Amino acid sequence: MALRFPIYMDYHATTPVDPRVLETMLPYFTENFGNAASRSHRFGWTAEEAVGYAREQIAALLNAEKPEEIVFTSGASESNNLAIKGVAEFYKEKGNHIITTRIEHKAVLDTCKRLEKEGFEVTYLDVGADGIVSVDAVRAAMTEKTILVSVMLANNEVGSIQPIGAIGALCKERGVIFHCDAVQGLGKTEFDVRAMGVDLVSITAHKIYGPKGVGALYVRRSKPRVRLTAQIDGGGHERGMRSGTLNVPGIVGLGKACEILKNEWRGEVARIAAQRDRLRDYLFAHLDELHINGAWGEGKRLPNNLNVSFAYVEGEGLMMAIKDVAVSSGSACTSASLEPSYVLRALGVEEELAHTSIRFGLGRFTTDEEVDFVGRLVVDKVSKLRALSPLYEMAKEGINLKSIEWVAH
Amino acid sequence: MAYSDKVIDHAENPRNVGTLDKSDPNVGTGLVGAPACGDVMRLQIKVSDSGVIEDARFKTFGCGSAIASSSLATEWLKGRTLDEAEQIKNTDIVNELNLPPVKIHCSVLAEDAIKSAIEDFRRKQSQRRGA
Repeated sequence: MALRFPIYMDYHATTPVDPRVLETMLPYFTENFGNAASRSHRFGWTAEEAVGYAREQIAALLNAEKPEEIVFTSGASESNNLAIKGVAEFYKEKGNHIITTRIEHKAVLDTCKRLEKEGFEVTYLDVGADGIVSVDAVRAAMTEKTILVSVMLANNEVGSIQPIGAIGALCKERGVIFHCDAVQGLGKTEFDVRAMGVDLVSITAHKIYGPKGVGALYVRRSKPRVRLTAQIDGGGHERGMRSGTLNVPGIVGLGKACEILKNEWRGEVARIAAQRDRLRDYLFAHLDELHINGAWGEGKRLPNNLNVSFAYVEGEGLMMAIKDVAVSSGSACTSASLEPSYVLRALGVEEELAHTSIRFGLGRFTTDEEVDFVGRLVVDKVSKLRALSPLYEMAKEGINLKSIEWVAH
Repeated sequence: MAYSDKVIDHAENPRNVGTLDKSDPNVGTGLVGAPACGDVMRLQIKVSDSGVIEDARFKTFGCGSAIASSSLATEWLKGRTLDEAEQIKNTDIVNELNLPPVKIHCSVLAEDAIKSAIEDFRRKQSQRRGA
């Protein structure tokens, strides 16, 4: 198959809509355009039925007990806000302490920071160099005041998979509500809300080949029944937890995307992991001084994630050199702060190396030809940029770069 | 962020990449920036006995704009006297390359590299005369 440019290898950022998902959605823009809250006519009934079916599809993927445990939102940022602020507000009489990790998405971290301003106490747990938080650290952080633990299923930058089942069991034992931002791991690693004891789960459609602008929050209804204070007031949709007319086409798309994952994820993951390993092997066979950021190994890292530091080659410079390939970097040269990724910093990756990191995210539509092309292109460009790098030259001359007094500007 | 055509041209076809002998008394070397900040420029000039820059070379660790800024600087340096070279301002680089605000620090670094190379050359010369 002929290559088409640019090649997309940024599936952690977003994914294209699967044609099967799009096809399922289309009638809900036109002939079936009804408001799911309209109870008095067929347009409304059709929409409500479609939304109900999507709830079942999502509940099935998560292994939720009931479809009613799915609350639709505009996406995972809203789901994370609703879960954390909703629990904090509802249970504030019980306690004011929240536990999370340093490598959560900003939608979790910034929500926690806001709650700190309102008097809540938040513990941000460190992770190891593998990017994984330890259950013991969660246990040690728990106090009488702890009402919520929020830990992601998998990290978006380095793909590290967190011990959700063990943390869930701990939370059950202590009677603490457990929220999991499952955006990155869903459909890429084992996830089961009942087996893992998760009480709240944030998901979004656009990371799983569905449309942007729609997501969901799983809210456990029994053992324990989790209560939330709504963050958007209005018509009392979604059993009062999230008002607002439902995005029916988006919800239909999210449901279909979940159904496809439920049927296909294991096969898909095996294929993508093989491609990812092939890319890594090619790079390591042809370049020296590469460093994998985060854990490596099945069950520890997302099968589609490869985060590599190409020492002595700045990430943004490399991205420009491989502009036919869409990837992202932990370098922050584009941001005003000039601070590299907070996730890499939490893993203890030195700033020098963080600036040279590239995240490759493979996905459903990645082809073997693309993988081979990207491997060759990256090797060629890294070699050229190293020939241009004063640091590579100095390192090769045996100069210890740490011995130099650099003048930061 | 979209890069200007000139930045892309310099980054894809950098001019005057290389290394001059830094022990040569006619060579001045400037090494500025820091790996932890994501950009390091090494700019070298070779100055004739009549005080004219006859060669300029660079190597840069950094983003496309940093590479382009130093590449452009070497082009401008060749054939100038040291006094003329000192007149190069970071804003000249910004204008020539159409650098956006977040990339202005790349041009500042290039100006620093020029100044640092000239300073190194002058220091060597005065040491030689003093010796």
